[in-house]
Amino acid sequence: MIRKVRRHPVQNEPLLFEISEPGKRAWQLPPLDVPETDPAEALGEGRVRREIEGFPEVSEVEAVRHFTRLSTWNYAIDLGLYPLGSCTMKYNPRVNEAAARVEGLAWAHPYQPEPLSQGAMEIMAALEQALAEITGMDAVTLQPAAGAHGELTGILLVRAWLASQGNPRKKILVPDSAHGTNPATARMAGYAVENIRSNELGMVDLSVLAAAVNEDVAALMLTNPNTLGVFETEIVRAAEILHAKGAQLYMDGANMNALVGIARPGDFGVDVMHLNLHKTFSTPHGGGGPGSGPVAVRAHLEPFLPVPRLEKTPEGWRFQYARPQSIGRVKAFYGNFGVMVRALAYILAHGAEGLKAATMDAVLNANYIRKRLEEYYELPHRAPTMHECVFSDQRQARHGVRTMDIAKRLIDYGFHPYTVSFPLIVPGAMMIEPTETESKRELDLFIDALISIAQEAETDPELVRSAPHSTRTARVDEVTAARRPVLRWKPPQQL
Amino acid sequence: MLEACGLASLEDLFAHLPPEVRLARPLALPPGKSEYEILDYFRARGQECANGYASFLGAGAYRHFRPVLVDVVASRGEFLTAYTPYQSEISQGILTSIFEFQTMICQLTGMEAANASMYCGSTATAEAALMAARITGRSRILAARSLHPEYRQVLATMLRNLEMPIEEIAYDSASGQTDLEDLDRKLDEQTAAVILQSPSFFGIVEELDRAADLAHRKGALLIHVFTEAVALGLLEPAREADIVAGELQSFAAPPSFGGPYAGVIATKEKHVRQMPGRLVGETKDVQGNRAYCLTLSTREQHIRREKATSNICTNQALVALMATVFMTVYGKEGLRELARQNLSKAHYLASRAPLRFSGPFFNEFVTAPGPRAPEQINRELLERKIIGGLPLGPYYPELDGAMLLCVTEMNRRADMDALAEAFGS
Repeated sequence: MIRKVRRHPVQNEPLLFEISEPGKRAWQLPPLDVPETDPAEALGEGRVRREIEGFPEVSEVEAVRHFTRLSTWNYAIDLGLYPLGSCTMKYNPRVNEAAARVEGLAWAHPYQPEPLSQGAMEIMAALEQALAEITGMDAVTLQPAAGAHGELTGILLVRAWLASQGNPRKKILVPDSAHGTNPATARMAGYAVENIRSNELGMVDLSVLAAAVNEDVAALMLTNPNTLGVFETEIVRAAEILHAKGAQLYMDGANMNALVGIARPGDFGVDVMHLNLHKTFSTPHGGGGPGSGPVAVRAHLEPFLPVPRLEKTPEGWRFQYARPQSIGRVKAFYGNFGVMVRALAYILAHGAEGLKAATMDAVLNANYIRKRLEEYYELPHRAPTMHECVFSDQRQARHGVRTMDIAKRLIDYGFHPYTVSFPLIVPGAMMIEPTETESKRELDLFIDALISIAQEAETDPELVRSAPHSTRTARVDEVTAARRPVLRWKPPQQL
Repeated sequence: MLEACGLASLEDLFAHLPPEVRLARPLALPPGKSEYEILDYFRARGQECANGYASFLGAGAYRHFRPVLVDVVASRGEFLTAYTPYQSEISQGILTSIFEFQTMICQLTGMEAANASMYCGSTATAEAALMAARITGRSRILAARSLHPEYRQVLATMLRNLEMPIEEIAYDSASGQTDLEDLDRKLDEQTAAVILQSPSFFGIVEELDRAADLAHRKGALLIHVFTEAVALGLLEPAREADIVAGELQSFAAPPSFGGPYAGVIATKEKHVRQMPGRLVGETKDVQGNRAYCLTLSTREQHIRREKATSNICTNQALVALMATVFMTVYGKEGLRELARQNLSKAHYLASRAPLRFSGPFFNEFVTAPGPRAPEQINRELLERKIIGGLPLGPYYPELDGAMLLCVTEMNRRADMDALAEAFGS
C-alpha cells in the first residue's frame, strides 16, 4: 500500500520561449544618471548586435509562475528521504542560507583590500582549522570547487611531491569499486590508471595491492568507507604497503559522513584526501551544484598546496602567494566561499558532540535499513555496514524485475530512488544511504515501500517494470535523446 | 532501532573498526551553537568586511543588481535541495530549466550547443583547451596575455602534466587589443587553440572574427573567453569562434569573495561529443509527452571512467538556475538596456580619467592616473568609503602605475565624480 503520497493536479507549463511575447517585461532599471553613450560610436558599428535573437520576453508574474510550476515537478530533500548512496543527501539547514547572504560576506569582492576582508578570511581560516581537526590532517586548502576538482588537486599534489624527489611516476591504482571520478581524475593529472580487484568482502585485497605497488605507482585512490559502505579495516596495512614503495595513499572523502568524530584519516595512514562540503557538511546540492571540495594533506604535501594560502600576521590575515613549490592555482580566486560559509555554519551548529551524534545516527539508520530489508533483498557483501548498504536485485531479477525498475517503482511510493547500478562490482546494485536526517517514521515508510515492491515483483512484475505510474512524466526515452540530441529550443519554423 | 539491529549501544555500530583507527577523544571543536548565535557570528564577520563601500572593482567578479526573483526561485526547496537530475521522471523542473539555460546561452553566444555549467570561467577555459586538443589532435595552446591572469594560472596548472605547451600572445601596447601579427607568427601546425578573452582583462573588445580567421587558416580553433556576461547583451557574438568558455557570475551571483560562480562551455554542434560536463536533451516519455533528460553521458566519468572527456561531476547548477532567472527577468530588451547603462557609465567615468589604451571597451578600462601610485589613490578613496580600481603592477609589471576600473549600473554618478576628483581631473 502506498502511504506517503496521493495524487493532486500539477500545473502544465510551456518553455519560456513559447510563452514569450514582444514587449512584455519583468525588468526595471533606474533612469541613467550620466549622459548616454552611443554603442556604435563607442564600440564600432559592426560590433553591436541588433538584438538577442530568441531571448524571452515575459512579465514578472509569468516569470514567477514559470519557475514555481517547474519547481513542483522536482523531488527534493525538503519533500522526504533521498536515499542516494554515496551522495549523502542530508537536510540543508536554512540558517546556512541566511549566513551566506549576510551583506558583508555575499558582497565581498575577491580583490577588495585584505584589511577590509578580514571577516571572510577569518571564516576560511576557521573552516580550514575545523576540517584539519575533523580529518586529523595537517593542512587544508579550500580552493577546489567540488569533489572531483579536489581529487585532481590532491593527485597534482602527489605528483608535485614525487617530482620534487626526481620522479613523478606513471600510474594511479584505483579499486574496481571506485567512483568514476577517480580514474578520470588520474588521467587529467597525466597518469595511467590500473584497476585493482576487491576481495569477496568488497574490500581492497592486500595481496593484490602488494603485487600491484611498485616504483611506477604514484598513489592508490581509496574511498573509505568504500562504495559498499564497508570500512576498509586493513587500511593501516594498505598505507604501509604503499609507503614502503614510496607511493601515497589518497582518500576519496565522499563517505566521510560515516567517520566524523569516530575515526580520522590522518590517524590511519592517509596522506591526502578531499572532502565534499555538499555531502558531509550539509550544503545544498542545488540540482547538481555548487559544491566545494577542500583537500586535506599531511605536512609533507603542504608546501605544494595551491596559492594563495592564508597566513596569520600581527596585522591580521593575509594571502600568501610566494610559495615556490606550489602546484599553482586550480581555480580563480579562493574557492566557493559561499559554500564554505554554509559548511562552517553546520559545524558551529553541531559542535564536537553533535557532529559525532550525526555520524552515529547516519550509521544506525543504514544498519536499520539493512536489517529490515535483508530478508527481502539479496545482500551480496556481508561485512558490517557503515553509512550505506548495497543490495542486489538478484532475487527480483528472477521475475524479470531489475534494480532500475524497483527504483522507478519507489517513485510511485513517494520516494526518490536509491543509487542504481553502482558500485559496478555488484550486479544490479541498489545502493542506499539514508543519512542521519531521517526519523524512524520516514525510514519505516521507505522500508515498507521496498518490501511491498519486493512482493509486487513476484505477484505483478509488469506493474514494477512499467513504473512510475503516478508521475506527470512517465518513463523517459533516453535512448532517442542520445541518438538524436536536441540540446536547445528552436522556433518551430527552424526545426 | 538499536534493538532491531541486535545492538546494545550506538558504540557497537563501530565495534568492527580496528582500535588503532578509532579516535579516542572528542573532536577539539567548541560546543554546538543556536541559530541566533550562528547568525550573530556571521554578521560580526560581515561587519569586518567592506560593508557599505562603493566599489570600482571588476576583474572577473562584478557587482550587478540581483533581481529579487532570483533568490525567490533559488530558495525554493524543490530546486535548492534536489540532487543532480539523474531520475528524469521526478526532475523535470530542473531539467527543463537547464534546457532553457542551454538555449539562452546559445542565443547569447552565437553557438549551437551549451553545457549545463562548469565550476567557473577559469576552469571552463582550461577545459575548453583540453577539448580543443581532443578535437584537433594537437597539443599547443596560444593564450592572450590579456586573458585574466588567474585564468592563465589555472590553465598552466591543468595543462602542465599533459604535454600541452602554452605560449602567450602579446597585446598591442597602444590599443590594448591582442596583437594579431604576434598571433599569426606564433600559430603553427601543432596549435590546437587560440584563447582570447573579450572583453579582455583590460576591458577591451577584441577582433574575434579576425583572430578566428587566422587560427582557422592553420587548422587551430578559436576559444572565446568572457568574464563579463553583461557585455553579451550589446556585443555581436563571436560566431566564428569554435568554443566559448565563459563566466556567468554577472548574471545574479553576488561577488561572494570569489565563489560560487558558474562557468559554461558552448560550441558548435559538430563538437558536442568532445564537450565536458552535463547536457540536457529533449525527448519524449513513453506516453508521448515532451520530456527532458541528461544525455550524451557516454562522455562522462560515471560511464567512461578514465576515458571520459573530464572528471567533472558536481557542477554549479543552482548558480546556473540563478543565471536563468536573471536572463528571464531582463529578457531581450532588458539585458540590452542593462548593457547600455554599463557602457554609458563606464564611458562617463573614462571621459574624466586618463585612458591607458585606445581600443574599444565595455564597462572596464585601464587608467594610468599619472604621478601618484594607484595604491596611494586607493588609500585616499578608502577614507571616503570608496574602493578604487585594481592596481595592475602585480599582474603586469609593464603596467605598473596603472589600474583597472569597472563601472556597472550599481555605481552612482556621485561616486564616479569623487573618483575622478581623486585622480586630479
